[in-house]
Amino acid sequence: MSSMAKQAQQRVGLLQGTLDMLILRTLLYGPAHGHQIGKHIQRTTNDFLQMQHGSLYPALHRLEKRGWVVSKWETAPDRNREFKYYRLTDKGGKQLVSEESQWKQMAEAVSLVMWPAAEES
Amino acid sequence: MGWWQITWWRNQKRDADLERELRSDLQLEEEEQRERGITEEEARYAALRAFGNPTLIREQSRAIWSWNWLESLARDLRFSLRSLRRTPGFTVIAVLVMALGIGANVALFTVVRGVLLKPLPFQDPDRLVMLYEAGLLGDDTTGSNVVSGGMYAEWKNQNRSYSSLALAKGIRVGLSGSGGQLPEKLNSALFSWDMLRTLGVQPALGRDLTLADDSPEANGTVLLSWGLWKRRFGADPGILNQTIFLDAQPYTVIGVMPKWFDFPDSSTHLWTPVYHDKPEDEMTSFSNHMFRVIGRLKPGVSASQGAADLSLISQRIHNEHLNDPFVFRSASSRPLLEHIVGEIKKPLYLLLEATCCLLLIACLNVANLLVARAAARRKELAIRTALGGGWLRLIGERLMECLLLSASGGALGLLLAFAALHWLTQTRDDMSRVESIHVDGVVAAFTVCIIVLCALFSGLIAAFSTSHRRILGALHEATRSVGGASARASLRKVLLTLEVGLTVILLVGAGLLLKSYERLRSADMGCLTQDVITMHLGLPDARYATPAQRANFYDMLLDRVRALPGVDAAGFATVVPGQGYQMDWSFTIVEHPPLPQGRGLFALSRWADPKYFNAMGIPILRGRIFDAGKRLDAANEVVISQSFASQYFPGEDPLGRHLLARGQNAVIVGIVGDTRYEIGETPRPVQYYPLDAGIENVGTLVIRASHDLEQFALPVQRIVSQMDPDLPVSDVLTMNQLLGKSTLVQSFNTALLVAFATLSLVLAAVGLFGVMSYIAAQRTTEIGIRVALGAKREQVMRKMLLDGMRPAVFGLVVGLAASLEAGQLMRDLLYEIKPLDPAVYAAVAATLLTVAAFACIVPAWRASRLNPMQALRAE
Repeated sequence: MSSMAKQAQQRVGLLQGTLDMLILRTLLYGPAHGHQIGKHIQRTTNDFLQMQHGSLYPALHRLEKRGWVVSKWETAPDRNREFKYYRLTDKGGKQLVSEESQWKQMAEAVSLVMWPAAEES
Repeated sequence: MGWWQITWWRNQKRDADLERELRSDLQLEEEEQRERGITEEEARYAALRAFGNPTLIREQSRAIWSWNWLESLARDLRFSLRSLRRTPGFTVIAVLVMALGIGANVALFTVVRGVLLKPLPFQDPDRLVMLYEAGLLGDDTTGSNVVSGGMYAEWKNQNRSYSSLALAKGIRVGLSGSGGQLPEKLNSALFSWDMLRTLGVQPALGRDLTLADDSPEANGTVLLSWGLWKRRFGADPGILNQTIFLDAQPYTVIGVMPKWFDFPDSSTHLWTPVYHDKPEDEMTSFSNHMFRVIGRLKPGVSASQGAADLSLISQRIHNEHLNDPFVFRSASSRPLLEHIVGEIKKPLYLLLEATCCLLLIACLNVANLLVARAAARRKELAIRTALGGGWLRLIGERLMECLLLSASGGALGLLLAFAALHWLTQTRDDMSRVESIHVDGVVAAFTVCIIVLCALFSGLIAAFSTSHRRILGALHEATRSVGGASARASLRKVLLTLEVGLTVILLVGAGLLLKSYERLRSADMGCLTQDVITMHLGLPDARYATPAQRANFYDMLLDRVRALPGVDAAGFATVVPGQGYQMDWSFTIVEHPPLPQGRGLFALSRWADPKYFNAMGIPILRGRIFDAGKRLDAANEVVISQSFASQYFPGEDPLGRHLLARGQNAVIVGIVGDTRYEIGETPRPVQYYPLDAGIENVGTLVIRASHDLEQFALPVQRIVSQMDPDLPVSDVLTMNQLLGKSTLVQSFNTALLVAFATLSLVLAAVGLFGVMSYIAAQRTTEIGIRVALGAKREQVMRKMLLDGMRPAVFGLVVGLAASLEAGQLMRDLLYEIKPLDPAVYAAVAATLLTVAAFACIVPAWRASRLNPMQALRAE
């Protein structure tokens, strides 16, 4: 297997798990439609995560199917049109808490391995 | 509204919703871009770029909600159907190959399940055991002997392990003609009154036997089989309490057994109480062994505890009869099912293994064809992968293709299996439990399992042969394929090696059985096997009560038969060679010192008329045959066989010595050649007594004639019915047919295994041919260049041939090595040859190499004929 293919696979694997968490976290501020969610993630990460809509919409629908978010067509305050707004459910909130703590543990564990000197000094 | 419509409607709604969501968000993006001050057109493109491929988003989002797997399954199905339809030749071959493999397996599995795996149709069949007498007897030791009437009675009274013990014995009786119907000879069984109770079976009509029926004083009672009741009595329920005549004795019909009831075997049509039919001395004797005993174990008692219990009783009886050397001293038992199917178990499993091999070969062959096809479609697959076709999707398609192939193969195979089973139940009605062979739910499930397994097996091999990782390579290679694609050909060679190996195993197995069967059929019976016809006759005790009546009947019959035009010789004997063990008698040699206590002699006993030996072609080696003038009580002569003389009179002249058997002294007047009581058994000592003593009442008429043997059936029947209109003549068989009947099992097994081996040889040859043609096609350019550069055509051909023969030779070596092991498994099924018969191995190797060479030679020859210019332009 070429090393390039390996890299690509890793990135996909990383995003797959975290994208759900990022979406849930974004919805914590209040209901938002798909476009807003994408833009928000992109902006807050200083454009590091270029939101691929190709993965955003399937992810939203996945979350909805699992019951972590609910959707409703509502008129946007600044535009005179309806958008599909997603809203965090209680179940989704709990999911966010658990994913967040998992992610934290993971990040700490990774950092312990990666920068052991910092711990010692 | 149905479920499907609801789903469809919901999907429609969700699609529209998604469409709207995407459109509104896209529009928003567009607006935002425009607000940044770029032109409308650029804004739209920028928005689309940011969004990516809307179709893909749509598909992926749909995948989350919908029955996507079902849809993609349907799509795979459509694709596969289309691609299979495009290559009808491949499809037909693959389906046929699968059909043969699956059909053979399903048929054999059905047989194995019906015969070996299904529980017996009795109540709690696990508690039923067959009981035997065992241990030292005379000069012999046996583990499972039939039981004497006396021992049965003792067991029954004294044991504490069985809730009931019942007794059975198969006999033949003559059913007298009535209402214009001819008399006929039928297989019948003697039952102790509690047999049906022990088995847990009730008659379908009428009543069971009772204790009162089962005594010499009772009136005769009989149970009819369902088949006999329908055939002979028109299924008339009025037959109950009517009287029929068996061997000229009156019996009252008390019941009809259920259709499925076939104990002790499927040819049994009548059941009568044993204590009523058998004389008391036979039922109380400890040394006259002739009965089958079935026991039902009490709850909590194991089979070995039960046998130990009976052994104690036997030991006690033995100790009480120390002067009789023919009383056994222990007992043994076997589960009833094992007793019934014990003999066919091994051959059936062997055949099942053979069909598994065949199926594996079929799968390998289909996989091979698929690999070839995948290789041909490399470019297409590579392009699809490059365009983002998922690897799993491609495998899914491959598997779906295989599933289609093996499913249609399976459907066809199921038809084949039905036909095969129908044929089998017709030709092998002698096989135990043949009537319990049915295609049922379990068999259907088995078929489905096999279909899926075959699809997975051949599909995965094919799928993994086209790894997605070599896309680039494939696309590069496709431009100029000089000597390319060798990797794929090597996978196919490995498959071929396996295929050839399996074929060799089957061929060796078939070869061994074939040779053993030949040996069996050519075994010297010690008598004529051609130009002799046999007919069975039995004189009912009721009408032929005295020795004189019997002897007169035989004399008159033989006189009349010998007078028939065309008859060269005729004789009569109780048992002729090939009819089985049947009967032995114990004897002592009067001139020899008495044997130590507990030892006794016994040998096969036959009764024959003086001209029997000549008619049967049994040579007279020394002395003479019975004096025809000595009849009835005066008949005091005995003729012995060669092996009798050498075993019991070593280094002494037996002529003039006396044998004492059943209280009668007989002088040895002659020695005749050895015969085999059954084909495949070694000759045993035989004592021949004169038929004219009038003791025996059942036997076989033998007629020797130089041509047209069957023509005697009718005139003999006419002679017999003139003498006694109630006497049936049965089993009219030429000696050849009689021996053929006794080797039916072997010929059946051999024929099947040879068929399987031939099939797999053909499959292997097809596989070899396919691979060679493929390699040749792949190498067209290379060969063209070689020829253009001056390579000789013979060189090209030799190279191609060697290339093709290599997997065949590897396979041969692997297969021969594996056969050494497989041959050991067949040891018990072979007659007079060793599992390592070098001639068989050599013949198999030669056959395989010849076939392989033929399969390779056509593609190799074609390759060597290539015109270099054409070959180079071929790309």
